[in-house]
Amino acid sequence: MANVISDETIEYVSILAKLDLDEEQKEAAKRDMGRMLDYIDQLNELDTEGVEPMSHVFPVQNVFREDVVTNGDDSERLLSNAPEEQDNMFVVPRTFE
Amino acid sequence: MQRVAENNNCFAQQFIYFPLCFAKFHREWIVIMESRKSKLLDMTAIELSCAIREGRTTAPEALSAVFERIEEKEEAYHCYITIEKEKAMRSAVEVQAKIEAGELTGPLAGVPVAIKDNLCTEGTLTTCGSRILGNFVPTFSTEAVELLKKAGAVIIGKTNMDEFAMGSTTETSYFGVTRNPADITRVPGGSSGGSAAAVAAGECFFALGSDTGGSIRQPAGYCGVVGMKPTYGTVSRYGLVAYGSSLDQIGPLTRDVEDCAAVLSAIASHDEKDSTSMKREDTDFMSALVKDVRGMKIGIPRDYFSEGLDGQVKDAVLSAAEVLEAEGAILEEFDLSLVDYAIPAYYTIAAAEASSNLERFDGIKYGYRAAGEGMGLHEMYKKTRSEGFGEEVKRRIMLGSFVLSSGYYDAYYLKALKVKAMIKQAFDQAFSRYDMILGPVSPTTAPKLGESLSDPLKMYLGDIYTISVNLAGLPAISLPCGRDGQGLPIGLQLIGDCFSEKKLLQAAYTYEQTMKNTETNDMGKSILNRAEAKDGKNSQTGKNGNMTDDKAGIVTSAGKEA
Amino acid sequence: MAKQYETVIGLEVHVELATKTKIFCGCSTAFGGAPNTHTCPVCTGMPGSLPVLNKKVLEYAVAVGLATNCDITRYCKFDRKNYFYPDNPQNYQISQLYLPICRNGWVEIETKDGKKKVGIHEIHMEEDAGKLVHDDWADRTLVDYNRSGVPLIEIVSEPDMRSAEEVIAYLEKLRMLIQYLGVSDCKLQEGSMRADVNLSVREAGASGYGTRTEMKNLNSFRTISHAVACERERQIDLIESGKKVVQETRRFDDNKGESYPMRSKEDAQDYRYFPDPDLTPVQVDDSLLQEIKDRQPEFREEKMARYAEEFALPAYDIEILTGEKALADLFEAATAICGKPKQVSNWLMGETLRLCREKNMDTSDLRFSPENLAKLIGLTEQKAINGSVAKEVFEVMFEENIDPVSYVEEKGLKTVGDERLLRKVVEEVLAANPQSVSDYKGGKQKALGFLVGQTMKAMKGKADPAMVNRLLKEALD
Repeated sequence: MANVISDETIEYVSILAKLDLDEEQKEAAKRDMGRMLDYIDQLNELDTEGVEPMSHVFPVQNVFREDVVTNGDDSERLLSNAPEEQDNMFVVPRTFE
Repeated sequence: MQRVAENNNCFAQQFIYFPLCFAKFHREWIVIMESRKSKLLDMTAIELSCAIREGRTTAPEALSAVFERIEEKEEAYHCYITIEKEKAMRSAVEVQAKIEAGELTGPLAGVPVAIKDNLCTEGTLTTCGSRILGNFVPTFSTEAVELLKKAGAVIIGKTNMDEFAMGSTTETSYFGVTRNPADITRVPGGSSGGSAAAVAAGECFFALGSDTGGSIRQPAGYCGVVGMKPTYGTVSRYGLVAYGSSLDQIGPLTRDVEDCAAVLSAIASHDEKDSTSMKREDTDFMSALVKDVRGMKIGIPRDYFSEGLDGQVKDAVLSAAEVLEAEGAILEEFDLSLVDYAIPAYYTIAAAEASSNLERFDGIKYGYRAAGEGMGLHEMYKKTRSEGFGEEVKRRIMLGSFVLSSGYYDAYYLKALKVKAMIKQAFDQAFSRYDMILGPVSPTTAPKLGESLSDPLKMYLGDIYTISVNLAGLPAISLPCGRDGQGLPIGLQLIGDCFSEKKLLQAAYTYEQTMKNTETNDMGKSILNRAEAKDGKNSQTGKNGNMTDDKAGIVTSAGKEA
Repeated sequence: MAKQYETVIGLEVHVELATKTKIFCGCSTAFGGAPNTHTCPVCTGMPGSLPVLNKKVLEYAVAVGLATNCDITRYCKFDRKNYFYPDNPQNYQISQLYLPICRNGWVEIETKDGKKKVGIHEIHMEEDAGKLVHDDWADRTLVDYNRSGVPLIEIVSEPDMRSAEEVIAYLEKLRMLIQYLGVSDCKLQEGSMRADVNLSVREAGASGYGTRTEMKNLNSFRTISHAVACERERQIDLIESGKKVVQETRRFDDNKGESYPMRSKEDAQDYRYFPDPDLTPVQVDDSLLQEIKDRQPEFREEKMARYAEEFALPAYDIEILTGEKALADLFEAATAICGKPKQVSNWLMGETLRLCREKNMDTSDLRFSPENLAKLIGLTEQKAINGSVAKEVFEVMFEENIDPVSYVEEKGLKTVGDERLLRKVVEEVLAANPQSVSDYKGGKQKALGFLVGQTMKAMKGKADPAMVNRLLKEALD
């Protein structure tokens, strides 16, 4: 396997992805990611020199809305899915302060 | 986890507004109705809506037939995550009234439809097959769902799927696996496996799915139904819970090509809520249903028939090509070697977009939130997401976060976007010579349950023929082209240039009609059935022979045209 | 001898744009709604929702770019900046990294050391975050997404500033330009303009840069000056004691004059930017650019030149009037009606600014109309009211925007022009104050002032002081 994923990398990526992996899952993640990256490395066989990266398939541009208020107060419904609500707000554990 | 509403007594309620004047025919009609119900379920959506319009049946009756089928089969197949029986029946009654008032005249009016569970439905649970959205009830509906409602389709419920559409078997769903109606030891494919299985099983007349890398076409192929991934931007993505935003498209899963055209006509729209939605004028796809492929140039990529393709699948697909050739199409082999790079490019792009799209699932605004006193913010995030997401989703989030991370963006993500550009270019070249490309949908027929998940990479390789279509934003249709030795359906795929759905539908329709005329297999039955239902022949007593006279009497109203 | 250090400062200034709706949805941007009442599926990150760009945001951003001499990126895109925080409902912010709308501009600032150019690295469009409310009692945080999705531009300067004074001059300059454009009210206190200060120090004469720190969301000019001074000291102390400055984001506590690192190890600061697949690129074509150019207002420098030429106002007046867009607008409108530029200027520079200071008000919040100011000036010009009555009327007008003509009428404040009546009152005042009369006659000019005051008092202020003066003199001499 050409790509060997270190513990540090898995740790780092799980911080970015906000996932908690136990030891077994970490090992599996290292293996899976290594294999996938080996596979993805095939792309290097292609010479992409001078090729413009394509995010959108179609050259659609300038899709705008007019600056007109269209939405009213829908907070009751929007909050109805919240795991926890207080004073019409979403509740989270205390943030860093 | 399946949520089938308890009320089974609505069969009678649905007809209460009908006149009782045909009560005297009731005895014969009990018998006829039983046959009718099973025959109803053999109808296509268009046939059904036609029958409803002509008064030969009603929307509530069709829905009841579906519910009976669900009662009968759902335990074995598990196509649905949520079924809203009462809501559906109310809607069927409303639609029936509108049809009778002449307000709804379209080909989907009164037709029961199943919706993949990653399409938001206002007031109805939308889980994406994930624990993390296990209790999520959207406040708005997907644009395509709204359009179906407007067309008079009756929503039965929400179908099972691979979690967040990540998977090719519908086994990654938090709510259990769906089984292939052709063989319940096998997967229905995925990720729209619930939708495909429901169509195949008669648990709906048609369904909506989503296709990011083959998620409509592959399960359609495995289950023996028609599935289409439209050109990117043809169907609004508003309301579709995003997996790979640049690849995702909503599309139909149907009994035949005609239905496919009807559903696509209904859901194709330019939606101002979706910036990537395209303005198209040519959305009357029914006009493409012409049995004629004379002079059509069909390219057959050698790369689609090389090693890895099952022999029986290969034979079936090539003989389908010959059928089209016999009808006047011109076949030509060519090289499309870049497709080998489609899978690595796809998994890089899809994983990257997914890692970002799925960040919003954090236990704050909706969905699952890990329990625990005194948790800090980041601990809450991690615990919620680790408990809320399944293995395959986590795998892709990890990969996606990695390929976007500092120092790797250019090497992986940007490289993949360049390869995508090259693949698009290769298709552009192909379509300068051919009207469409023909190939298999998948390398094999449906695998056994439990076979695929052990080796993710191998599972990804199964998407080889479908994935490049999403990268290039192309339309493609999957339709049945026979069965293998074990009786498993084989899918034929036709891939078109952007915005050429009509050509695809025309070729697919030609193939289907040709087969209907030449074979007596299950594809050719619908016209015959329609005739049978009409004159009440071929009737047999179904298992619900215990209906009371009252009910039967009411039911006779459906015999107005008799 | 101790080493000399130079402070190197660059700013990231966030400006909330004064659009009616949010950047990607049709929710109102109005202040003051109850929590989460200005939200929808898009700005609360509901699954399945999609963003669509508000055209006004693009136009405003381009307008600011033109005003700051930037190159406008004709083909620009939006990128996602990924980081988890509860004020950010999608856990990514839609922003611009790879192709921001404006680049490579500058503004000229003036300090006591003279004029200098501060480079603008880029301006990009992005969405604002929601508000976190800390419930200390329950030890948890509440999230309000009303501000989530309010459009922002971030103006990133080059590290061209060397002192707090230059920083303030730069911010004042930006505020002026943006207020003139009318694209934001730029209030630091209310958060519609926010500055993050990037600061490093280096030995005087060095050419490379030191390690910089970033201080976030400083909400007044005074705090910014204080933070600059304290951070400079802190970094010099670190260097002098052989330690290293760590590149980090710090929170400044104005009361203590200290700053603290803001992030925990959970914040990897790796934003994984990539082009947002939900939004299409923006092409600023020639016609749109021209349209925006044609709408650019007259900026301060041009206004100053015009005021000097057109209204012949003293330089000092021009400086003050053009210093606030709202003041300049009022001046021009009132002058256009009454044709008395100096009078209008006097009212604005004198009473108006005095009352603003007294009531701690911003000139953009002034309530009286130019029509009413013009009417008031008309009344004084016609000597229908005297100066002190005019001030009285003005104060009421300042508060309630009353029509001074009908107000004066209703309250009976018109100057009494009846000379016979006034002469009679003068005689009465003289009779009642023999001491003052003899003082005056004895050469004490001051006594006349007292007698004028007494007469005005007897007239309840409604006399023309000049006439009172004349009549008194006639009677005494």
